[in-house]
Amino acid sequence: MALKRKNKQFKWHHKHLLGLRELSTEEITYILDTAKGFEQISTRSVKKAPPLRGKVVVNLFFEDSTRTRNSFALAANRLSADVIEFTQKASSVSKGETLLDTARNLEAMGIDIIVIRHGAGGAAKLLSRNINACVVNAGDGFCEHPTQGLLDVYTIRKIKGTLEGLKIAIVGDIAHSRVASSDMWAMTKLGAEVIFVGPPTLIPAQVNQLPVSVSYSLDEVIEKVDVVNMLRIQFERLGGNPFPSIREYSHYFGLTVERMKRAKSDILVMHPGPINRGLEMESEVADGANSVILDQVTNGLAVRMAVLFLVNQAAAQNR
Amino acid sequence: MKVILNSKQIEEILNDLTSRIISEIPPGVNVAAIGIRSRGEVLAQRLSGRLSKQLGKAVPRGTLDITLYRDDLNAPQGTAQPQVRTTEIGFDIDDKIIILVDDVLYTGRSARAAMDALIDLGRPKAIKLAVLVDRAGREFPIQADYAGYKADAAPGKSVQVFLAESDGKEEVVIE
Repeated sequence: MALKRKNKQFKWHHKHLLGLRELSTEEITYILDTAKGFEQISTRSVKKAPPLRGKVVVNLFFEDSTRTRNSFALAANRLSADVIEFTQKASSVSKGETLLDTARNLEAMGIDIIVIRHGAGGAAKLLSRNINACVVNAGDGFCEHPTQGLLDVYTIRKIKGTLEGLKIAIVGDIAHSRVASSDMWAMTKLGAEVIFVGPPTLIPAQVNQLPVSVSYSLDEVIEKVDVVNMLRIQFERLGGNPFPSIREYSHYFGLTVERMKRAKSDILVMHPGPINRGLEMESEVADGANSVILDQVTNGLAVRMAVLFLVNQAAAQNR
Repeated sequence: MKVILNSKQIEEILNDLTSRIISEIPPGVNVAAIGIRSRGEVLAQRLSGRLSKQLGKAVPRGTLDITLYRDDLNAPQGTAQPQVRTTEIGFDIDDKIIILVDDVLYTGRSARAAMDALIDLGRPKAIKLAVLVDRAGREFPIQADYAGYKADAAPGKSVQVFLAESDGKEEVVIE
């Protein structure tokens, strides 16, 4: 029976969540354990709890997003916070206001937590150093997308019990992917073995300094992995011609029904969304029995509630 | 440190609470025991077992985590940071008499949080509060419906409940 007074000494003290690289295994595990307690809020009759009542969360998104933005907004709402939606297109950024000025002006209105997505790596860190509100990184350039990394390991842990000893392939456009980066940190810290899979043009140049192995062939790894995370080809970030044609990419790196036949029967198929159906993954696979893509979305909500709750708790300690 | 209840006395109190609860349940109304984490969970388990046996029907039990409903979340908390755990109530609480179970009733703040948490799960017919130890020092207008031992502990003292399932021993102490 799990009644022991565990984690009594452990104290969460980060008022910002900037990336997973700087978090310890214990801290990542603590977020996942905390998220478990938030799952049931979304399944009961009153889908709301009061811990952030009277707090204001700003969704400061400089890039497009469906899942992450709505997930953070809903997470904040379910914790009873008020949410301000900021979009670059309809803001004074188009009149030349800088990121810091934008954030400082929002802060002057009395906000408590800024959730930021920005095309520039380090944007969240820059904010955290210059304002008093809590900062949660919702994706910065090619650097990190920590809540996606957390929800991915949460989903795997929930189904497989642990990440210890699992082999996980992350496939596709690794070089332009902040998801791959946050996934790698979270997965390896929790004891999994990560393999980056993709054409050489989409594997980062300094990959030998990272705690991963590399394969240029999905066929080589598909049989031995427990989890495969298919990244989206990010046409909006690709310069030049990293692969000869979409058809050729799909032929070598797409998750097809054919390839799935050679995979372990209990392999988990993941995708951070949005899916280019037929490119990274055939529709039959995306909607198939091994797919946990929609579980990822559901779990993301619990994970983001946990993150908002924890950063606010850390801030409360210093008020 | 002073032991105020030993395992035999705890046993007797639980038996007494059980018969008092049973004597007050109107016929035809369903009852369930829900414990507040962590010691309330163990006590609710024991009470539901006793109630099921004597009523001759299963009395469901659940566990409530009240962390998200605490009123001190935005105050500095010293060393003990509240940890969010799961609420595990696998049945519908609507129209049932809910016996809310905790180890010690002191300020009444946990009971207040627990009532708010329960109401977000449905609309019970009634919520009754059952506690092993009732200690003076209320800060909210809340009283137990079924109180076991009335402890006379000075402010500043702590009343600690140890139960076999969670602590490997059975006693209640003041220290």
